[in-house]
Amino acid sequence: MVDLNSGHNPDHNPDHNPELAHQFEDMDQQKEAAALGMWTFLITEVLFFGGLFTAYIVFRTQFSEAFAKASHHLDIVLGGINTFILLGSSLTMALAVHAAQEGRKEKTIRFLGVTGILGAAFLVIKGFEYAHKFEHNLFPGASFGYDGFEPDHAQLFFILYFALTGVHAAHMIVGLLLLVVIAWMTARGRFSATYHSPVENFGLYWHFVDIVWIFLYPLLYLIDVTGRTQ
Amino acid sequence: MTTIKEPLRPDDYLNAGYGVKSWLLTLDHKRIAILYLISITFFFFVGGFFAVLLRIELMTPAGDIVTAETYNKLFTMHGIAMIFFFLIPSIPAVLGNFLVPMMIGARDLAFPRLNLFSWYLYNVGGLFTLYTMTTGGIDTGWTFYAPYSSSYTLSDPVPVVVGIFVLGFSSILTGLNFLVTIHKMRAPGLTWFRLPLFIWASYATSVIQVLGTPVVAIALVLLGFERLTGVGIFDPKIDGDPILFQHLFWFYSHPAVYIMILPSMGVVSEVVSCYARKKIFGYNAMAFAILGIAVLGFLVWGHHMFISGQSVYAGLVFSALSFLVAIPSAIKVFNWTATLYKGQIEFRTPILYAFGFIGLFTIGGLTGLFLASLATDVHLTDTYFVVAHFHYIMVGGAVMGYLAGIHFWWPKITGRMYNEAWAKFSALILFVGFNLTFFPQFILGYMGMPRRYYVYPEEFQVLNVMSTAGASILGLGYLIPMIYLTWSLRKPKTAGNNPWKATGLEWTTVSPPLTHNFDSVPTVTTEPYLYDDTDDASGSAGSAGSAGLAGLAGLDSSARAALPPHPKEVKRGRS
Amino acid sequence: MWNFPLLPEAASTVATEIDAIWWVLVAVSIFFGAIIVVGLVYSAVRYRRGSKASRAGAMNDNLLLELSWSIIPLTIAMAIYVWSSKVFIDMHVAPPGAMEVYVVAKQWMWKIQHPEGNKEINELHVPVGKPVKLIMTSQDVIHSFSIPAFRIKQDVLPARYTTQWFEATKPGEYHLFCAEYCGTSHSGMVGRVVVMEEADYQNWLAGRRGADMMAGSGEKLFAEFGCQTCHRQDSGQRGPALDGLFGSIVTLSGGDKVAADADYLRESILNPGAKVVKGYQLLMPTYRNQLTPEQVNELVEYVKQLGGIKIGENKR
Repeated sequence: MVDLNSGHNPDHNPDHNPELAHQFEDMDQQKEAAALGMWTFLITEVLFFGGLFTAYIVFRTQFSEAFAKASHHLDIVLGGINTFILLGSSLTMALAVHAAQEGRKEKTIRFLGVTGILGAAFLVIKGFEYAHKFEHNLFPGASFGYDGFEPDHAQLFFILYFALTGVHAAHMIVGLLLLVVIAWMTARGRFSATYHSPVENFGLYWHFVDIVWIFLYPLLYLIDVTGRTQ
Repeated sequence: MTTIKEPLRPDDYLNAGYGVKSWLLTLDHKRIAILYLISITFFFFVGGFFAVLLRIELMTPAGDIVTAETYNKLFTMHGIAMIFFFLIPSIPAVLGNFLVPMMIGARDLAFPRLNLFSWYLYNVGGLFTLYTMTTGGIDTGWTFYAPYSSSYTLSDPVPVVVGIFVLGFSSILTGLNFLVTIHKMRAPGLTWFRLPLFIWASYATSVIQVLGTPVVAIALVLLGFERLTGVGIFDPKIDGDPILFQHLFWFYSHPAVYIMILPSMGVVSEVVSCYARKKIFGYNAMAFAILGIAVLGFLVWGHHMFISGQSVYAGLVFSALSFLVAIPSAIKVFNWTATLYKGQIEFRTPILYAFGFIGLFTIGGLTGLFLASLATDVHLTDTYFVVAHFHYIMVGGAVMGYLAGIHFWWPKITGRMYNEAWAKFSALILFVGFNLTFFPQFILGYMGMPRRYYVYPEEFQVLNVMSTAGASILGLGYLIPMIYLTWSLRKPKTAGNNPWKATGLEWTTVSPPLTHNFDSVPTVTTEPYLYDDTDDASGSAGSAGSAGLAGLAGLDSSARAALPPHPKEVKRGRS
Repeated sequence: MWNFPLLPEAASTVATEIDAIWWVLVAVSIFFGAIIVVGLVYSAVRYRRGSKASRAGAMNDNLLLELSWSIIPLTIAMAIYVWSSKVFIDMHVAPPGAMEVYVVAKQWMWKIQHPEGNKEINELHVPVGKPVKLIMTSQDVIHSFSIPAFRIKQDVLPARYTTQWFEATKPGEYHLFCAEYCGTSHSGMVGRVVVMEEADYQNWLAGRRGADMMAGSGEKLFAEFGCQTCHRQDSGQRGPALDGLFGSIVTLSGGDKVAADADYLRESILNPGAKVVKGYQLLMPTYRNQLTPEQVNELVEYVKQLGGIKIGENKR
């Protein structure tokens, strides 16, 4: 069932392409494998957040009024600014990938840098929001103090708020660490117009994390915009 | 069986380096498989140790050897060690790691570093769990049901929850690696329907790992959060929903059963076909049955919750879907039997285990009907009937399949042959011990004995004593392979490249394989399992030896002529 | 030690129905198991390597065979599914007029309240030949109320009622188990169910010492917590009137309609905001931390009696 006289020879010839890992036959295969790997990972991520969104749906439908009123305690403006920051970072990420595809090293690093700064800015603002919640005893647990409508159900809202944004922020932190690695590899000249899968796949990850936020912002902050009093 | 003298290759993967570093930093999928083999064997005996203590305690109706609290910790940690740290990674991480690239003619998995990283994640998760085991353990049950686990237990489940979370990523990344490898790295000509069924099974398993594991991971994150802050979404005190935890938990943990059983089905297909010298019966149906089980596996989690307070309508839907799982399972069992019919069956150790698998899986599957059926489930759920049922699937099925695979590919993995007489003896011991341990538990369950009971009414004692007696035989049965398999490592590597004259790309390379698996990338021109070598020789015993030569390198011209070359043969599979 | 029965006692109406399904499943299992075992052993012996049996006509594929061993099991499975589901639905719908008993589970005991006021711990006395509905809740973790001789079992949840019913057919004593793992003394959370002839049961009921009926205790609580300030016809209409409420259909502020059953009453006491009746403001505070589950049961029983049903008649 096997033809041993096939033309492939894995005992790598001396002028073997250093960009090609030994387990792959050619650059195309390597690139396709890396992309499929990232997409598969993102599917896992969808299911990971999916569990949280399921919980959100369950309690939001049950306690919709409490959720609406609890959402008033989130800062629409800061959340909105963060939304624009992330959308902007997706743009610069896309530009970085484009630059990498053209093999333009400095440009890639520059755009990655801007992306990183925007990502960090997002986390800083998020940090201020969290601090504000802690100050006002809105973090769930023994110190939770909420004098509004149905405190127990509001607490469920804040548990989900911290879980969803916390897991999202953890993804942002991982993203920033990866970004540093990718930028460093770019600076070391590891990528070229023919080999830049890591930049592209990191871009996919970054966009995914942004998209999650696009869901989080309306589901958490904008439940009841008209009902806000301030 | 070493009728064929192949030259020993000094450059096999076991000789690629001898230092600790050459193992701990290896990127070779075969060495990583060995690392996994060591890790999971360790946890198997940890889990087994707890099981022995449980069975000793249950010999008498009263509580006498350990306290109630200790008993609860023992069954919890038995479950955690066996399910998360042994059964789920067993075949995928050991045999899958070793075989998936070889069976599809690749030099390695798509992401070797990720593969090694997965093994480290497994061990980090294992260390968290061992830390808890050695510092008092937890008593939540492996199912971690809220609100007991989140608010009431006096033990601390957080380290174990963290451990399983980390372990989950090991499992996800292994699945991801296999998916990409199977999609993108198949040898030229190896189309989907020329794949060995073990690859189909590994593929389906990987899909479950990738789609299911993250859901239990997030459920455990939420549980840990609840434990640490004192409130959470599963907490009824603030109108959280403990049933939601069960939904999220079983959404993974039911498919997880198929993570355990599907790879075993793959192994059994390889083994049955090889020792019957016959093409697997109904290959396409077998492949689709694997996919069918994997898909249905995601739709039946609610059958763990018929009496949980879930609505009657949900029960009706989940029950119907659960019954449907019987169909692909029935196809598989019947098709294995049909494969044996008019074969040339040779009784070697692996097929003895495969016989054990088919028989015990059949019992496990049929008793599953009792639990899929709503009215009978009300009586049987949370009793020893369930315990017996899932041990027939997980031990009688998954572990028997795992041992079949270990014995089948041992000569390929190590280059050595184990002592056949001891191996057959232990297969027999395991079969007897297993049935004696778990069959009485079906009756206990029907009698109404609840599971997780430390003390029990005395009318249940006789059956419990039988079960404990069986467990002692079973425990012994697991020690014997440890000894003779380890002993075989002292022998020279003379097993031969293809001692079973099996088809499959992994048998075309040397034993143990080279680091890069194949001297030249194979091209596949035929469908799998072409064991037609003895078809014409009805009853001629000696044919096996000579037929093997042709099978060895796949140069059997008649077999190759069976199919025209496939148009995709020029390029590697890229679907 | 040599007390060694192999079949559980069947002492309820549903037990015989479930046993019938059980035995059919056993027969189906033996039938298919035997096919497989005979097929394996026959092939293994007759077609062992070296045997002279003819291999002519060996098959690698046979659509007809494969279809038949898919469709026949499917048909059998679906038939059992329909049958078993019908029994399951019956097990969930208590016959009208079933006598009601309240169960409160806590680590690690069963507390039983009879509407007549009798309270029991880890024991349940019931009359033979009468349907009994259990209204159950838990004070802490999830438990499961299981009586193997009756073939019934239902998880008992915190902050929620679950129900199950049975009709005992044989006087005697039977095991009561907690079937859902609930912590250290899970296996100690056991008791007995005593099934008595009707007359004996009435004697047993009468033997209670000085206890109020549940509804009576509920009435006292109703006064003690000042419920009547809002919940009376003459109290200024701040809360909906409760007379004749039980068993009626209530329209909520959102327009939804719900049945005012025990679970609705319990939820309204502990979580008043969940279902606000149309036309009323949410003024009621939660009584979650002020009432024990038993007291909630008593209040529910009291409200049940308001309007129409007089205390003591209780549909017996």
